[in-house]
Amino acid sequence: MDMVLDLIAGIGRATLSFIRGAGALALFALEGLSHILRPPFHARVFLTCFVETGFFSLPVVALTAIFSGGVIALQSYTGFAQYHAQSAIAGIVVLAVTRELGPVLAGLMVAGRVGAAMAAQIGTMRVTDQIDALSTLSTNPMKYLVAPRLLAGIVALPLLVLVADVLGVAGGFMVAVVKLGFSAPAYITATLNAVKFEDVSVGLVKAALFGFLIALMGCYHGYNSKGGAQGVGSATTAAVVAASILLLAFDYLITDLFFSH
Amino acid sequence: MTSGTLPGTLPGTTPPAPPKIRIRDLHKAFGDKKVLDGVSLDVAQGTSFVIIGGSGSGKSVLLRCILGLMTPDAGSIEIDGEDVLSAPAHRRDALRSEVGMLFQNAALFDSLPVWENVTFGLLARNKLSRKNAHTHAGSILAQVGLDPSVGDLYPSELSGGMQKRVGLARAIAAQPDILFFDEPTTGLDPIMGAVIDGLIVDCVKKLGSTAIAITHDMASAQRIGDEAAMLYQGKLIWQGAAGSLMHSGNPYVDQFTHGRREGPIAMELRR
Repeated sequence: MDMVLDLIAGIGRATLSFIRGAGALALFALEGLSHILRPPFHARVFLTCFVETGFFSLPVVALTAIFSGGVIALQSYTGFAQYHAQSAIAGIVVLAVTRELGPVLAGLMVAGRVGAAMAAQIGTMRVTDQIDALSTLSTNPMKYLVAPRLLAGIVALPLLVLVADVLGVAGGFMVAVVKLGFSAPAYITATLNAVKFEDVSVGLVKAALFGFLIALMGCYHGYNSKGGAQGVGSATTAAVVAASILLLAFDYLITDLFFSH
Repeated sequence: MTSGTLPGTLPGTTPPAPPKIRIRDLHKAFGDKKVLDGVSLDVAQGTSFVIIGGSGSGKSVLLRCILGLMTPDAGSIEIDGEDVLSAPAHRRDALRSEVGMLFQNAALFDSLPVWENVTFGLLARNKLSRKNAHTHAGSILAQVGLDPSVGDLYPSELSGGMQKRVGLARAIAAQPDILFFDEPTTGLDPIMGAVIDGLIVDCVKKLGSTAIAITHDMASAQRIGDEAAMLYQGKLIWQGAAGSLMHSGNPYVDQFTHGRREGPIAMELRR
């Protein structure tokens, strides 16, 4: 009997802790978003975060997109050749890249690169009293640290995904034309026939949401980190893991919302 | 009642000036642990007040409560007669803008050069343009004995003593009415500690500010302070002139200031 009660109490505690955490995260997100809209604006900080999130992530996102596009072309060729459906490859590559691989892979790369950096930087500022110092210098830390990073994530990710879309399709094109012997004009025509505006636009909506989630997780875990170097390390890990899981979960939800009917 | 006379004041007499900082019955606990247990304190305008006490005695929590970085569970904190805790947000911000703080480890923004650290508060309040900030930072750095060229360095390129001096420069840049010092000499050699103390005394005198410092460096406490108090287990157990710290007559203070193992303060050591 005691074991059952302990189990129920444990489940209750875990549920309360989850609800408390979700509430704290929601309030943090709302406060961060509200500071994006209310002056004063820290344009210089935003610009730095935007360059860090967008520009410096370009190489890793570009390489990931090119190779992923190439792999999709190669894999679908080997599979579809059995049914003499190789002509569908261009369509499969462009739909896979714009709808899924572009936003998801760019998001995961940025979560690992930028989300971790945000958590580490803000976490270090927390444990070295720099966030308290901001408060004593008439600067709201949410406005100075969090809002510019959230905005940078929301703006930079769609631009990165646009680049990933183009390069992913280019990767598939190169493999199809150079390795598999497709005709270049025919491949381009098939690509353009297959892709619709919604495929790209929904991918960009996903990217904006992913950018927000990545920045939110980096800022939230960094802002609430405790206990010196170990705490900052844990915050960084938690930020990347949480962002990656949320990203995949919201990817499913958005895909279900826009493409399942 | 005579026109212009406060209730309870004799006609023709000036009512005593209210303390710059008045703390009444301040309580703060973390879970079951009481960190502040009914602290009451008055700090007069222009006074340098030093709070001593062991690690975990609640000194930093008291300072953070006054600064508004932490909310006490009960009690009141008044600055210039205005209750900080019940004041609306814009008033709290205004009161906070009158305060400068030197953190224990300086807490300099490591992503910004020194000149931007020093003028950060002025730039945030639009009291200075970025164009003039570099030159202005140089003049403040000179006040704390640093060459203006230090302004172009990053905090990670500075020694501990230089970081403390930059932290002091940042704290005094806006010429605040109130200055807080959290362990200003911790981690410094005795000579550099004395240099920092000297700079603190000079800055406080020059600005005419009210200062509160927390420390467990007795030499520093006597150099900086006009008045002193000791915090023990969340309560203020002694208050007097900083000069009498070493011969207070209070057994707790005497044990602490002389660093004796034996006495009423029992250290929790597992053997």
